[in-house]
Amino acid sequence: MTTPLLEVEDLNVWFELPSGGELHAVRGISFELEAGERFGLVGESGCGKTTAMLSIMGLLPPNATVAGEVRLDGENILARGEETVSPHRWNDIAMVFQGAMNAFNPVKTVGSQIEEPMELHGIAEGRIARRQAEELLERVGIPKDRADRFPHEFSGGMRQRAAIAMALACEPRILLADEPTTALDVMVQAQILELLVSLAADFNLALLLVTHDLPIVAQVCDRAAVMYAGEVAESASIDALFHTPKHPYTRLLFAATPDLRAGGERVASIPGAPPRLDKPIVGCPFQPRCDRAFAPCPTETPLLKTVGERHVAACHLNDHVREPATA
Amino acid sequence: MNGSHSLLEVEDLVARYPVGRGVVGAVTRQPKLEVRAVDGVSFSLDRGEMLALVGESGCGKTSTAQSVLRLIETSGGSIRFDGQEISGLSTKELRPLRRRMQIVYQDPYESLDPRFRVGATIEEPLEVHKVGSRQERREAVKAALELAGLTPAELYIDRYPHELSGGQRQRVAIAATLVLGPELLVADEPVSMLDVSVRAGILSILDELRDKGLAVLMITHDLSTAAHYADRIAVMYLGRIVEEGPTREVIENPQHPYTRALLSVVPKRDPRERGTPQILRGETPNSIHIPPWCRFQPRCPMAIADCKTVDPELRRPAASTHPEHRAACIRV
Repeated sequence: MTTPLLEVEDLNVWFELPSGGELHAVRGISFELEAGERFGLVGESGCGKTTAMLSIMGLLPPNATVAGEVRLDGENILARGEETVSPHRWNDIAMVFQGAMNAFNPVKTVGSQIEEPMELHGIAEGRIARRQAEELLERVGIPKDRADRFPHEFSGGMRQRAAIAMALACEPRILLADEPTTALDVMVQAQILELLVSLAADFNLALLLVTHDLPIVAQVCDRAAVMYAGEVAESASIDALFHTPKHPYTRLLFAATPDLRAGGERVASIPGAPPRLDKPIVGCPFQPRCDRAFAPCPTETPLLKTVGERHVAACHLNDHVREPATA
Repeated sequence: MNGSHSLLEVEDLVARYPVGRGVVGAVTRQPKLEVRAVDGVSFSLDRGEMLALVGESGCGKTSTAQSVLRLIETSGGSIRFDGQEISGLSTKELRPLRRRMQIVYQDPYESLDPRFRVGATIEEPLEVHKVGSRQERREAVKAALELAGLTPAELYIDRYPHELSGGQRQRVAIAATLVLGPELLVADEPVSMLDVSVRAGILSILDELRDKGLAVLMITHDLSTAAHYADRIAVMYLGRIVEEGPTREVIENPQHPYTRALLSVVPKRDPRERGTPQILRGETPNSIHIPPWCRFQPRCPMAIADCKTVDPELRRPAASTHPEHRAACIRV
């Protein structure tokens, strides 16, 4: 078997709190990404999806402690911290941050901000960098003469396109996109998602899409991991997640999402709230909100187990002989 | 109250905002510019009905709702609430009507006073409107909390907003509007700040209130939410309703090319339903320079020469299957 492009294994992140405690934000997550694959990381606020992305980029704040491995072509880039991460940051793995479209420097032209990473990483300089920046802008759908304009002269959708162009400046192989369409209108969202899909295909980019929005993942990704309380609850092809979910949270999350087509179907919220992450969690973290919890759930922590082809889930229902959960 | 009129009847509503020309513009006598946020909107809303105003940002849906509540000044048109024309009423004349029409805002992190306990937040409208004795007000607060799904009320009444989750805060905001017993509730993107798993709970409260006779005007950019909860949908584009009708009809048999495009780009939950989204290029133009003919014509995939000769009115499309279905397009 060939080595996957990116393997995340047993990744853990703790934040030291000012009060003295510790918040275990990412709790042993694992997933892998092949070249050209579109993978979704889905979950609600606070589930650790953004923290996981930042740890892959080596961009966590100083109060964070990381354990586990992030392997790029089989090499653990977290092995010696900044020393091993920084050669790959932007060159191999790039990220479009949440709200990136609002993070441009207002007093520099958009073009010069796309050239900057090229110059810093020794990819190109001067007129060559300018030409590459213009080509990138054209590729993301912005006329190249706009390179001399300032961010405030761009609409939200255009700034997001420019932020994507900037992430691609050093020709990465992996693009992490954190909620890339959250503040955008549905038509502009469709434009940006279409762009990400076509970029992934053209540049053989692996796309890691982080979002709270299941339908976006359903439409864009090949596979996805559903995160809950810092853990991967289930990971599978997007088709299996929707049609044959093996974790009640996946099923309930889909059921809580309204859909245009399913007019009469009831949309149900999931009662309760996720557990606090600054205290140990006993048993299954989803158990208090689960509609299928039974004997082992409050005390035994379910492990992520293979339940199908490239399909894993962490739920006791899969170990015990019971009727399968249906969507 | 009589059955001959709807609770809310809006006709040809117009709301304009002046746009600054800047010093240079004023000195060189550039023409004064206006944003035509609401540019001739008509609709009605019955008791026990939920109407969703949907559209992208800048389409005028929020300005329409604020005009209806007289929170912003209108430049023309008529707003009748329970048969009474309210567009020309003074602040003082409006006051007794205010408690009959309430609004829930988008962001429950901003809309609640962090220094007020839940009970005080909900009681405040009663004090403003001088309703009941202290004891009666206390009872009303409890009843409102329970209507908003915060049961038992005693558990929440003495808490501060920071002790509550986003969903609980939005329930408090809803309780604070319900305590006055309104007949019309405007909900402006009531769940867009909340996590998916708690949204349905908030929306089902609105659903139940509608079943109890409340008229609900929901403002949303989320067509899937509108499709699930509203009785009727009105789609807005550049200050105008371009299509309107019963929810199933608008969703399943959309006629206006804008509605069709908008519905085609809404991501579906089922990965097997990956269709070909009909993506409109460019972005919605600003509402300063609205063309005098069909405002959607510049982006319309179906436009013909005649589209630049008329400003289409809402009328029943040839292919509609419901008598109350309207679209503003000469081609359907």
